[in-house]
Amino acid sequence: MTVDYVLKRLGMFVLIIFVAGTLNFAIPRLRPTNPVEERMNQLLQQAGGVHIANVEQMIERYEERFGLKNPLWLQYVNYWIALSRLDFGQSIAYFPADVTKEVRRAMPWTLGLVGVTTVMAAVIGSFFGAWLGWTRTPLAISFVVPLLLIVTAVPFYLLGLLMLWAFTVFWPILPGGGAHDPLLAPTFDLRTIIDIVEHAILPAGAIILSSIGFWGLGMRGMMVTTMGDDFIKLAEFKGLKERRIFVRYAVRNALLPQVTGLAINLGFVVSGSVLVEVLFAYPGIGNLLYTAITSNDYFLIQGVLMYVIFAVGLMLFIVDMIYPLIDPRIRYRSA
Amino acid sequence: MTTATAVQTPLAVKDLKVYYHTRRGPVKAVDGVSFELARGERLGLVGESGSGKSTIALALMMAHKEPARIEAGSILLNGSNLLDDNDEQVRLRRLSEIAMVPQGALNSLNPVMRIRDQVIDGLKDHNVRMSDGEFSQRVAELLDSVGLDRDVASRFPHELSGGMKQRVAIAIAISMNPSVIIADEPTSALDVVVQKQVVQTLREVQERIGAAAIMIGHDMGLMAQFASRIGIMYGGKIAEIGPVSDIFNNPKHPYTRLLISSLPDTRSKRRLEGIPGLPPSLLRPPPGCIFHTRCPEAMEICSQEIPPTRELDANRYAACHLYGDDDGKVVEL
Ligand SMILES: Nc1ncnc2c1ncn2[C@@H]1O[C@H](COP(=O)(O)OP(=O)(O)OP(=O)(O)O)[C@@H](O)[C@H]1O
Ligand SMILES: [Mg+2]
Repeated sequence: MTVDYVLKRLGMFVLIIFVAGTLNFAIPRLRPTNPVEERMNQLLQQAGGVHIANVEQMIERYEERFGLKNPLWLQYVNYWIALSRLDFGQSIAYFPADVTKEVRRAMPWTLGLVGVTTVMAAVIGSFFGAWLGWTRTPLAISFVVPLLLIVTAVPFYLLGLLMLWAFTVFWPILPGGGAHDPLLAPTFDLRTIIDIVEHAILPAGAIILSSIGFWGLGMRGMMVTTMGDDFIKLAEFKGLKERRIFVRYAVRNALLPQVTGLAINLGFVVSGSVLVEVLFAYPGIGNLLYTAITSNDYFLIQGVLMYVIFAVGLMLFIVDMIYPLIDPRIRYRSA
Repeated sequence: MTTATAVQTPLAVKDLKVYYHTRRGPVKAVDGVSFELARGERLGLVGESGSGKSTIALALMMAHKEPARIEAGSILLNGSNLLDDNDEQVRLRRLSEIAMVPQGALNSLNPVMRIRDQVIDGLKDHNVRMSDGEFSQRVAELLDSVGLDRDVASRFPHELSGGMKQRVAIAIAISMNPSVIIADEPTSALDVVVQKQVVQTLREVQERIGAAAIMIGHDMGLMAQFASRIGIMYGGKIAEIGPVSDIFNNPKHPYTRLLISSLPDTRSKRRLEGIPGLPPSLLRPPPGCIFHTRCPEAMEICSQEIPPTRELDANRYAACHLYGDDDGKVVEL
């Protein structure tokens, strides 16, 4: 891995953030009307004149923040300074809460739920896919293919509703929503942990079941392609043990594209899983985003968006850094 | 395995039949092939595309896949029939008794493993116990013997040229001193100069370890350079087999004659150009001699009876109705 290589990828990462951030700055200013005033008026109409004091305070803050009277370049510089402090302004829906504070409150739940389930779905799915793509797999495992296909084909929300009904109504053994029992103090004792896990089972199950097929079928396809490669034939002519051919030759190579896929998906984890979080009333980023969108909370949406862009860019950068270690050909090409 | 005949005859193939069971019926890709290899002998198998050469190679490695099935015959490797072995026994005999240099020089090595590890893993899976240092020493010796630098061991396949990769494949093939080496068009992906060098290397290492070898190919020039004996395949059968010089100078089978005369010049480009007519359907082969539909010397009997294989000379066999009892006795398969 050369310094040149690292710098090039780092430059790419910076460029992604720069372009995304600039768009974020430009889009509201390209509008003919003042976005803040417009939102405020909307809000005033909805609220029917209540909380006037708050609204005036809001307008004041936003004017101050955007410094719309300042020259454009100064606005731009101030914008980046604020961004570098992770300051995305104040939420409209939760005013006067900071966007950053709201995001920080929701983020751990999302990282825990969506992050863990994304990794689990990728690992379990790839594992099944690898077996399904292996020509010598016993029939007992082959029946999983149609099963995976069926589960993948069922729409996300339908699966969630079905599970919700099955385990909270028909056979009520799991909590129907939330991330934890509201009566439990958030301390890290065993009871709290068990409670949190219990609340996570249904949404986690929905996410894993609905995305496992994606990973499984992708892996299976790659395995079938890899199994046709000449180096698999030579491995067989060499009289290698099945296990070695499977692990070191077939899976090892078929897994390469899955790694990239997983990294990108992990980047998107920070945007949460809107459908699942809303369905199970899970207080993560997905839920926050949902509220933000339904209440026209422009700043919250933008804040979450910047987090997503940053996370995806970062994951792509990390993948670029570790890829030469898992695929020697990449190092060669970029040298 | 240690009998005197086994030492003399590392490989004896008898009446081998390999069919591809397709939906339209069995494709008789190899249909009654017999030959023997003596220690150190090099047999060249030639014949037009689809004549069953690769199918023979795969069957000898017991690496044929569905829908291919071995219907009949025996493969005596060092005196013991491969067809009687279970999967694990077959696996252990690959590399240690019979090794293959594959066709695709460009993709036959695992792209994510260093050359060293791809040589060693074969040894390890055949219960070769050595220290790391001894393994490295063995890899270095093997690379030396195929004319590669020792530092190739630490490289990845993409850092090697096609010729170098094929040399690595040869090094792997001889890593356990097998008694039989099979090479199915080992140089078809390489350019002409490299082809000659690689074939030369293959011949050198084969002579050094005293293995018998089968090389499959289209290039009669390379065949003449490599083989001591040549077998001409047509439609899943061996039409004629004999010493290289006899095949070139005194071909007996009409198909061999056509092949030899279709070579433009013995010195210039000597690739098999093919002969007029279409290859036979192996799904529904014509009755009698399978070559009679294209044979310039076909007689009435040719479309009725399958010609027996006769020993026409010392070490010379051909299956053709042109020859009778006066020319040589029928050999029983
Ligand atoms: N998987 C398969 N299913 C059905 N028929 C097959 C299959 N593989 C090979 N065949 C048939 O078997 C016959 C022999 O094929 P084979 O590959 O052994 O020929 P070959 O002599 O090696 O040809 P080439 O010189 O082109 O390599 C051909 O007629 C081919 O069509
Ligand atoms: Mg072939």
